[in-house]
Amino acid sequence: MSGAGRTESRSGRIRTEPPIRTRALTKQYGDLNAVDGLDLEVRAGEIFGLLGANGAGKTTTILMLLGLTERTSGAVRVVGFDPARNPLEVKRRVGYLPDAVGFYDDMTGRENLRYTARLNGLKGQVAEQKIETVLDQVRLSDRADDRAGTYSRGMLQRLGIADALVKDPTVLILDEPTTAIDPIGVVEILEMLRGLVRDRGVTMLLSSHLLTQVQSVCDRVGIFAAGKLVGIGTVPELATRFGEGDAHVEVAFEGVSDPATSDRVAGFLAAIQDVAEVRRATSLLDPWTLVVRPPESAIRVREAVLAVSAREGLHLTSIRSVVASLDEIYTKAVRAAGLASGSHRPSGDRPAAGGRAVA
Amino acid sequence: MTEASAPVAEPASVPVLDRPIPPRGWVVIGRKEIGDHVSSARFVVLLIVLGLAAGIPLYLAAEQIRNLASQVSGAQAVFLAMWVIGAQDSSIFQLNVTIQSFVGLAAPLLGIAFAFDAVNGERSQGTLPRLISQPIYRDDIINGKFAGALAVISLVLVSVMIFIAGFGMIRLGIVPSLGEVIRLGLWVVVTIVYVGVWLALGLLLSVAVRRAATSALMGLGSWLLLVVFGKFIVNLFIAFFIRVPANGTAQEQLQVAQLQDFVTRLLPTTLYTEASIVLLNPRATSTGGTLGTLGQYDQAQQQIPSLLSLDQSLLLVWPHIVALVAIMAVLFAAAYIRFMRQEVRA
Repeated sequence: MSGAGRTESRSGRIRTEPPIRTRALTKQYGDLNAVDGLDLEVRAGEIFGLLGANGAGKTTTILMLLGLTERTSGAVRVVGFDPARNPLEVKRRVGYLPDAVGFYDDMTGRENLRYTARLNGLKGQVAEQKIETVLDQVRLSDRADDRAGTYSRGMLQRLGIADALVKDPTVLILDEPTTAIDPIGVVEILEMLRGLVRDRGVTMLLSSHLLTQVQSVCDRVGIFAAGKLVGIGTVPELATRFGEGDAHVEVAFEGVSDPATSDRVAGFLAAIQDVAEVRRATSLLDPWTLVVRPPESAIRVREAVLAVSAREGLHLTSIRSVVASLDEIYTKAVRAAGLASGSHRPSGDRPAAGGRAVA
Repeated sequence: MTEASAPVAEPASVPVLDRPIPPRGWVVIGRKEIGDHVSSARFVVLLIVLGLAAGIPLYLAAEQIRNLASQVSGAQAVFLAMWVIGAQDSSIFQLNVTIQSFVGLAAPLLGIAFAFDAVNGERSQGTLPRLISQPIYRDDIINGKFAGALAVISLVLVSVMIFIAGFGMIRLGIVPSLGEVIRLGLWVVVTIVYVGVWLALGLLLSVAVRRAATSALMGLGSWLLLVVFGKFIVNLFIAFFIRVPANGTAQEQLQVAQLQDFVTRLLPTTLYTEASIVLLNPRATSTGGTLGTLGQYDQAQQQIPSLLSLDQSLLLVWPHIVALVAIMAVLFAAAYIRFMRQEVRA
């Protein structure tokens, strides 16, 4: 039934506009620009992470996408509609998990979902089946008939995701889905979200201030600071853009226990082209770090390390490129934007970043 | 940039949905509210309060009515007397112990009790953003909540009135005439409107005040101020501002009384009480107000007691009913506008 609708929408989406797109979106509260000239594009079938500190304007952006708050200026299109003009059409197709989601405590999880289903025009057997499916997807089936008041924070969050899924959305918008949840719960939820995107082909926008947590699930991220998008792209792209012009390669050897061997190995590694610095491990078990400049040479350096190891009979046990953590990228991006904020930032900056991400 | 800002809406990009937009979101919300109310502690309180409001006066008046009924067998409007006749010499705070006055006292409390946490309750539970992100209009929420609460109170009110009527017929042997039944029905409708006024006030408080406890307290305060002490406060103020000399003429005193009447009639309580008395008592030929001139007063003295026909009674209280509806509409509109303008986030 709904499968037909989705196929059609999927084929439609390829040809036409992205599910979420904003142009110069601005929201002012008095003198404060909560969201300032936001150009954002989320493509069909991807998980997009909207990252930023508390108060960066993430929730305000989300509310404008849903038509729950009025924008001051700019344009928004969500699933082909303007949320300010056609809020109902948008809300029919977009599942939303609010920040700190709540449920009616004296109703069971299932009853809560049933209410949402009714509000979406789903009734009877169709609704019950849908509810069963989404409860199963968030693994709450066994607690579905307990009162929502007895649920843990993590369960409420999962019920919230189920609630957003009941309407069979094309787009899922999750506001801080991992906040106030224990680390194991976070991993569970993120895996679940990955699975949902894979199985249902939904487009997902999630916001978070816990950067490293969501780094693993997002296809692309947008870094948000003071209402502005200061960087957009995949995590490696952003690492390149906001890195210090170098890349790191970690290598580990077996049997480098005495200083003489260590010096010999360091000599080999330092001789590789584009290796700017060799940082030896402080303990035996830790890997060494090669600082590569320019960062594009990282792949070639890895090959060279393999070649050198084979030639010189070194016992290489591991080698990998290290991507800078999102926390570092975030700090740098915000700092970079902060420095540029006094002068006018070139408007070509953001589309360029978006363009790179296509590759 | 120009390419990007070009219109991109293509019908093909709109995901096709196989279900219609629920045509009336407020019905779904209203239904849930009814379910919630019926299973809540509030409902038990409603039953007890309305039961007592009807039971106590009925118990006290039953003896008197039974005597009355045998005396005036064949007289008209005995059935309605159950609502307006209280026990002899029983009055609290100048309030006669009658079903009508007790219901009038309890109705505002019930209205406030069923609405004071309608919106701020959703807010504090964290369910408001979720609710509002469903494909319904924002006013559906407020409409549904109003309709649901009013439906529950009306249902109980009607049930209690039918119970009293049954009691009157079976235990007191009073059989109502058609006219009396219509009068009673009209009175119930006016009572429902009156409850609606207070529901709308409760709704306004629940939208404007963030904490449910505060809004409950404010609701209770307005009930005390307007219903219990309303007339008293009005009279106090008028006496304070307009001094009638002790040896003033009757005309002067009449004018002050008229002013008092006018101001008192701005209170919903007065409107309701006056409308109720006229509707339930065919003998009442005026809305209990002070007459305009001494001449009119003189005339009223010589009036032959007679029963007013239904349409005449209705004509007499029509302005009252319209005013009640207007007050309700204004309060509801205020709650509505406030809610529409409110930000979703706390």
